Amino acid sequence: MREFDYRRAPDVAGAVALLAADPDARFLGGGTNLVDLMKTGVERPALLVDVRELPLDRIESTDDGGLRIGATVTNSDLAAHPEVRRRYPALTQAVLAGASGQLRNMATVGGNLLQRTRCGYFTDVAGPCNKRVPGSGCPAVEGEHHNHAVLGASDHCVAVHPSDMGVALTAFDAVVSYETADGPGALPLADLYLPVGDTPHRETALPSGALITGVTLPPAPVAARSRYRKVRERASYAFAIGSVAAALDVRDGVVRDARLALGAVASRPWRARAAEAVLSGAPAVGDTFAAAADAELAAARPLPDNGYKVTLMRNLVVAVLTELAEEAAR
Amino acid sequence: MAPASSSTHSAVTLNINGEKYPLSVDHRTTLLDALRERLDLTGTKKGCDQGQCGACTVLIDGRRAVSCLHLAVAAEGREITTIEGMAEGDRLHPVQQAFLDLDGYQCGYCTPGQICSAVAVIEEHAAGWPSAVTDDVRPEAGPPPLTADEIRERMSGNLCRCGAYVSIVQAVARAAEAHEETAKEASA
Repeated sequence: MREFDYRRAPDVAGAVALLAADPDARFLGGGTNLVDLMKTGVERPALLVDVRELPLDRIESTDDGGLRIGATVTNSDLAAHPEVRRRYPALTQAVLAGASGQLRNMATVGGNLLQRTRCGYFTDVAGPCNKRVPGSGCPAVEGEHHNHAVLGASDHCVAVHPSDMGVALTAFDAVVSYETADGPGALPLADLYLPVGDTPHRETALPSGALITGVTLPPAPVAARSRYRKVRERASYAFAIGSVAAALDVRDGVVRDARLALGAVASRPWRARAAEAVLSGAPAVGDTFAAAADAELAAARPLPDNGYKVTLMRNLVVAVLTELAEEAAR
Repeated sequence: MAPASSSTHSAVTLNINGEKYPLSVDHRTTLLDALRERLDLTGTKKGCDQGQCGACTVLIDGRRAVSCLHLAVAAEGREITTIEGMAEGDRLHPVQQAFLDLDGYQCGYCTPGQICSAVAVIEEHAAGWPSAVTDDVRPEAGPPPLTADEIRERMSGNLCRCGAYVSIVQAVARAAEAHEETAKEASA
């Protein structure tokens, strides 16, 4: 590991200033991803600015009935919060489906959104990877890619975003707040991650040196009936091979409102707007749910070894929406 | 000998099991390596060293964490509890006793991490935290019973290569029952 300097940020402005002064500096949150990447040499910061003790650890109701979640709230505290469990249960389920109890106690909301892909080529510094070394190539396209992207990828990178939390936040229209040396800003989470194209090393639309300070969830009554379902290669403590965050409001057998986002299928949490368009106003029955899934997955471009994901996601979407509709009918 | 503080080292005081340990650490030092290599607190074990096995689990400010991904310098000001701090004198922690009574181990290498994790699992459950296998996470549903499925899910961050899981689950269940009894007696 490269030697590095370490500072604890006194406040948000101080954190941003410390980072701006050193192009090789990184913010340190829970460290569950960054410290690991430093050990393998993927990340080689000259300075760590520790932001864990910044006063961004609160979850508060907003005046309009949404929630504002501070960036240093831990995954554990987010999942356990009564208002999250009551108003956005799929968010609690998504967070609890990720990592282990130990890691959730350490990991933060801001860090979760900025964690890096677990693609084995990205983490292996001995080989090429366009995300790690721009222009060096993507061995995954013709190599080991059974858990890689089927939506929105390119010939330059087929890695998936590993977050579970981000999938639920995307379904519920979360907005990311950040601070820079030039002042604060905000971005819808749906716009945080850049299209892959030929620049997979450029992952987010955040200005250089920006510190995520929080995530705001707008009010979403539909989210009170929501669910997160994750499929993985073992029963617990593994990254998804596919996941769904869904919310459904059904009245008199007709879908009034629906939210749907897919995980582990793209370089970002994937908001399924084509599917939502099919669902809205349609009868809450299996045929509708299958048509919605098909509408979203029509754009899928599977690789030789990950075509199963298209079938998996179709079945997963239908299953979760069916469960939500049955729950609504009770 | 490295200077006490420089751009790559810091003088820190770690608070471990109620004792203060002043130390100069290279910033690259993990809490796990500081415990084992610098402070001779070798109860905490190094397994994968990448946050995937749980052998290095300790409590930081009362919450379980993997010490292999926690920088020692970032641990200053926090209360760290390791397996060495679980017993009260000669009296084992109820979770330690349950692991002994029910053979919750074979080779014992993962055991300190399993025990630290289990102590936290019981606290987390008592605080009403749901888990990934909890049917209804809404607060109105109340805390889920600590079934074997709940224990397995909550302990899934601790691997046991010997496969002692059956007795580990039993040990955690017994310690949790004892914890509940004690809590009832205290509130009665």
